[in-house]
Amino acid sequence: MYKLWATLIKDIKILLRDKVGLTLMFVMPILLVIVITSLQASTFELVNENKLPLIICNRDSGDISGQFITAISKTGMSEITDVPKNLTTDQVSSLMHEKDALIAIIIPQDFSSKIIEKAKSVSSKALNDFTSEEDKTISKNTIGESVTMFYNPVLQDSYLKSINGAFLSALQLVESKQILNAIYFSLNNTKLPTALEQDILTNKVKINPIPISKNGSKSIPNATQHNIPAWTIFAMFFVVTSLGSSVVKEKLSGSFVRLKTLPTNYLLSLFSKQITYLGVCLLQAAVIFSLGIWLFPRLGLPPLHLPSDLVSLFIVSLFSGWCAVSYAICIGIFAKTQEQANGFGAVSIVILAALGGILVPSFAMPNSFHLLMKISPLHWCLESYYDLFLEGGNFKDVLKNIFPIIGITLIIQIIALIKLKKNQII
Amino acid sequence: MDNIALSIENLTFNYPGQTAKCFSDFNLKITEGERFGLLGPNGAGKTTLMNLITGLLPFQKGSIKLFGNEIKNKNKSVKKLFGFVPQDFSFYQELSPKENLEFFGAWAGLSKNEIKERIIELLEITGLTSVKNQPIAEFSGGMKRRINLAIGVIHRPRILFLDEPTVGVDVQSRLSIISYLKELNNTGTTLVYTSHQLNEAELLCNNIALIDEGKIVAGGTLESLLANHNENGLEGLFLNLTGKTFRD
Repeated sequence: MYKLWATLIKDIKILLRDKVGLTLMFVMPILLVIVITSLQASTFELVNENKLPLIICNRDSGDISGQFITAISKTGMSEITDVPKNLTTDQVSSLMHEKDALIAIIIPQDFSSKIIEKAKSVSSKALNDFTSEEDKTISKNTIGESVTMFYNPVLQDSYLKSINGAFLSALQLVESKQILNAIYFSLNNTKLPTALEQDILTNKVKINPIPISKNGSKSIPNATQHNIPAWTIFAMFFVVTSLGSSVVKEKLSGSFVRLKTLPTNYLLSLFSKQITYLGVCLLQAAVIFSLGIWLFPRLGLPPLHLPSDLVSLFIVSLFSGWCAVSYAICIGIFAKTQEQANGFGAVSIVILAALGGILVPSFAMPNSFHLLMKISPLHWCLESYYDLFLEGGNFKDVLKNIFPIIGITLIIQIIALIKLKKNQII
Repeated sequence: MDNIALSIENLTFNYPGQTAKCFSDFNLKITEGERFGLLGPNGAGKTTLMNLITGLLPFQKGSIKLFGNEIKNKNKSVKKLFGFVPQDFSFYQELSPKENLEFFGAWAGLSKNEIKERIIELLEITGLTSVKNQPIAEFSGGMKRRINLAIGVIHRPRILFLDEPTVGVDVQSRLSIISYLKELNNTGTTLVYTSHQLNEAELLCNNIALIDEGKIVAGGTLESLLANHNENGLEGLFLNLTGKTFRD
């Protein structure tokens, strides 16, 4: 027992004196998590809170285009800039670049008249025999010129679709109002009362989106809740740069020669390194989670909410750290130089992180990557953390992801032991 | 038979992937209490032999026994019998002499109290007490050689293997090391020593083997070797037996 204690003390002292290694293991992941969360939070805000710069060129002189613009404005998605009606299409697109507008729409000059015409036509069809050929001809002719929408190609397809949907909804509202008015006038020969109009057009059935988690909590996930678990796992696995090169350094140093001649198995040294760096991994998790709770709100980022099941959080962190440490030691055992350990270790972690869903969400990956994803230990670690942080799961929920972590860890350890045995080190 | 410290019989060894044998049917016996010098030109096989004796290299044929125990078994009791002072610095440069001695003492199987006592004693002997808490990385070559030696003897081995223990040190450190090794020998520790420093070997060793190309070309006490080959000093004997051409 004293041998292990002395080895632990030695490893901890060497680690604490390695300032570059400590910086890599603590400062870099902290910076990474702050930067990535800030970026994702601002993207989140762009989609959900920020107003989209929108240029409107209204060539129509009627009232209905004004109602359309008001309806767009009421969606709350855009910050509207009106431009003169006599601008050409090219001038409007040039203005988009000048004003950093992501969207521009051109309302045609016959917009109001065509909507009115369409409303009358629909009203007429609704009240008469609309199966006649004559009615159909009228309907086709009254659709008129479409509203043109220009967009900046940087806009993602899904975001563009949601904007398009909002504009169509505004257009639908304007059209519906005209049709409703036309039908009411045809039936009653009087104008539709404003109260009734409001009641019909605005009193719609709403969809109420509620995120449902396993513990019944209804908190809305945010960039912090997604990023902190993901980048904590990345930080844990990134100990490969320090631990992997520490194993190689010891192997190449004279001290390794002496260790092999002493009456103690070299496995004790590796066991001590595992314990030391497992402590580092748990400390990394504690530091990053603390920053999420205490520092993020001060930086204007959403605060981290820890899962209610803290024991499960500790268990997941422990097994994730053990897997990360085992991987780093395995790399150190196989590498012949520190450069090999650092280079291969770092690149392989980035690849495993990408496969594991840390860089790209796993649901967005093509089907062909789903098998590869399951090979990455980072995937199982991330799923376990997401079970706790996003879905409010408990130990029973994370257990199905902990088993693969243990399995992968044992395979890594066995590979390392075989290599040590083959090289007659143990 | 009881007083044989090291016995090598019919040792055959070649490095993996090489057909040329480094040692073929090599035999050597060293009696307990000797100060034995293994001398030879570069590439003669001195360091390889040290690595074979200490179990760092596995050999193909033959036997190496320390006090009657086969080294090939690599069991703990055999490893406790010997100490090794490699040619390269074999310690953690980030740690202090005290921290290194604490760690290697534990790995050598000493208790906490034994380590404590030995640290005080060895730091005093090596003149490193005043710098016991400073990182070794800041030390001079001589200081590093002294701590390299101190770690090798922390567990009071019965036989000590020294591979060029005074390379790159000044006269003061060298004499201090030689003096300590003689003291150690007086308390019963057998010394097996390799070096290029022939005058140092003359000072330290009471028995010498000159090896070249994996074979012992001459062996015996210094006096008998000089008398048999009609030489006045070890350097003349060395050149006489190993030639003047480069070996590496």
